[in-house]
Amino acid sequence: MRQQVAAVTTSQLVIAPVLLPLLAGIALLLGRSLDLRWRRAFALTCALGQIVLALVLTRAVADGSVLVYALGNWPAPFGIVLVADRLAAWLLVTTSLLAWFALAYGCLGSDRDGRHFHVLFQLQIFGLSGAFLTGDLFNLFVFFEVLLLASYGLLLHGGGRRRTRAALHYVVINLVGSTLFLFAAGTFYGVLGTLNLADLAVKAAAVSPQDLPLVRTAGLLLFAVFALKAALVPLYLWLPAAYANTSAPAAALFAIMTKVGAYSILRVSTLIFGADAGPVANLIADWLLPVALLTLAVGLVGAAGSERLRLQIAYLVVASIGTLLTAVGLGTVSGIGAGLYYLPHSTFAAAALFLLADLIAGQRGEHADRLERGPVMGRHWVLGVLFFLGAILIVGLPPLSGFIGKFLILRAALDHPAAVWVLGILLGGGLLALLTLARSGSLLFYHTAEADAGTAVPPPTWRALAPVAGLLTLGAAMTLWAGPLSDYTAAMADQLLQPDGYVRAVLGEGSPG
Amino acid sequence: MEALLALIIGTLTACGVYLILRARTFPVVLGLTFLSYAVNLFLFAMGRLVVGRPPLIDPSAAAYTDPLPQALVLTAIVIGFAMTAFVIMLALKARAELGNDHVDGMHEP
Repeated sequence: MRQQVAAVTTSQLVIAPVLLPLLAGIALLLGRSLDLRWRRAFALTCALGQIVLALVLTRAVADGSVLVYALGNWPAPFGIVLVADRLAAWLLVTTSLLAWFALAYGCLGSDRDGRHFHVLFQLQIFGLSGAFLTGDLFNLFVFFEVLLLASYGLLLHGGGRRRTRAALHYVVINLVGSTLFLFAAGTFYGVLGTLNLADLAVKAAAVSPQDLPLVRTAGLLLFAVFALKAALVPLYLWLPAAYANTSAPAAALFAIMTKVGAYSILRVSTLIFGADAGPVANLIADWLLPVALLTLAVGLVGAAGSERLRLQIAYLVVASIGTLLTAVGLGTVSGIGAGLYYLPHSTFAAAALFLLADLIAGQRGEHADRLERGPVMGRHWVLGVLFFLGAILIVGLPPLSGFIGKFLILRAALDHPAAVWVLGILLGGGLLALLTLARSGSLLFYHTAEADAGTAVPPPTWRALAPVAGLLTLGAAMTLWAGPLSDYTAAMADQLLQPDGYVRAVLGEGSPG
Repeated sequence: MEALLALIIGTLTACGVYLILRARTFPVVLGLTFLSYAVNLFLFAMGRLVVGRPPLIDPSAAAYTDPLPQALVLTAIVIGFAMTAFVIMLALKARAELGNDHVDGMHEP
């Protein structure tokens, strides 16, 4: 009896990270007339609860078990399932930590610029959590739409001409992406008769030769959609303008958005189009490595040519997704494990830099975040140290976690046939990123003019600096516990490359596959 | 019937893609609408075209039509409708703030 209760609670746990932000969002909508202080406290508490839930879920799946929650108790593949494995829990932890710090920064005042900031923020977390946990292709589409709709609102938060123009492009290109997603999902259903990811994996491996071209088309269409979300070349053009022009907490939270695309590529390419998938084996994997390397190179060239700090960081986000998918594209346990270690690190680093760029822009008056000679900033030594640490993190210099992540990827690439390309672009790109950020840092902090009297702005408060420092500390903590964490991500990659466990957990013990 | 439906979906998609590539926001919104019509019909057809059959279990029925695509289409219609409403509002906002309805917010030479 007690075991039954325990089993029910564990499987209920899977849906908790989806429900909490949804209910929090609804509650915030209902309580929108309350004092802002209460709403802030409530939103921060819920975000903290999300961290706790994500950690509890991680503990439950750390032994390699795959938890399945069947909604309405309809068995898969007929009902919709939520599935938690190591990868999903890992991304939930990353998202919830990032969201808390971004929200803490937003609570310092930029949440006053729009009425529904806190509601949209919680719904964004809801969409992200759902996308990571769902085990159903159509449900993935729905959660994509949820997180996109919340992101449209957050992108426009605060208003302004440049924001509107960037948002128009972002919305239209994502709507086209959603349509393509539906075409892909429809083709899968028409040919294979299912939308459950585990069931798709079983059916796609046994597809008849006359249906094979259709399945391959749908698979590649799906890859194109995920590549659009992940901002891979040539579908990355929406990202720099959107991320560089939105408000700082939204930009920081969006650092995880491209990772949703990367997650989907990883999930689909290992589960449905894995090495053992018979006629559809390695459908996506063959494309991934060259496209990812190109993305890395283009992102870094874009960063080097940027005239504004936030645009530069947006391009560094593109580059980091390139690095991440390069590691995934290696297709080995060590490669994917290295990529998964790199994922939270690059997310935290990019988010910290976005917040920092906002603080820097606030200190420079009309120069804002343009990379040109500007006034001396208040508390410039604190900003400088934080910028230095953030730059070290994102470039991947020793001794912080960026270096360890890159080192793991390089080590994993050594045995790969394309090792020369991977090593060349990764190391050359690292040098370029180093030069770029060194130039930005020296322009911002050394080539300063005296501030005009009377235009002095108050220096950034310690409370505003704390979220930046917190995110950077997370990066530093990943360095201290690099050993256990990289072992864990390697175990995660191992679980991903043996999709049988996932399929059995979803479809029941007696299923083929 | 299949050929006719395929032709309709193809025409709608082609119109949608053409309109999305226009430089003004209104044709782009129309194009998105055409595309979502096309994909809704496409999803609907993925359950195969069956005429006059029940979707629910019925002891006297000889054959069934697939109810799942209908549920999917319903979801897709609701989402598509909300998105269209949002993008129209955004286009109006862009028209007001940028002073013209070019997708890049610029006057054409």
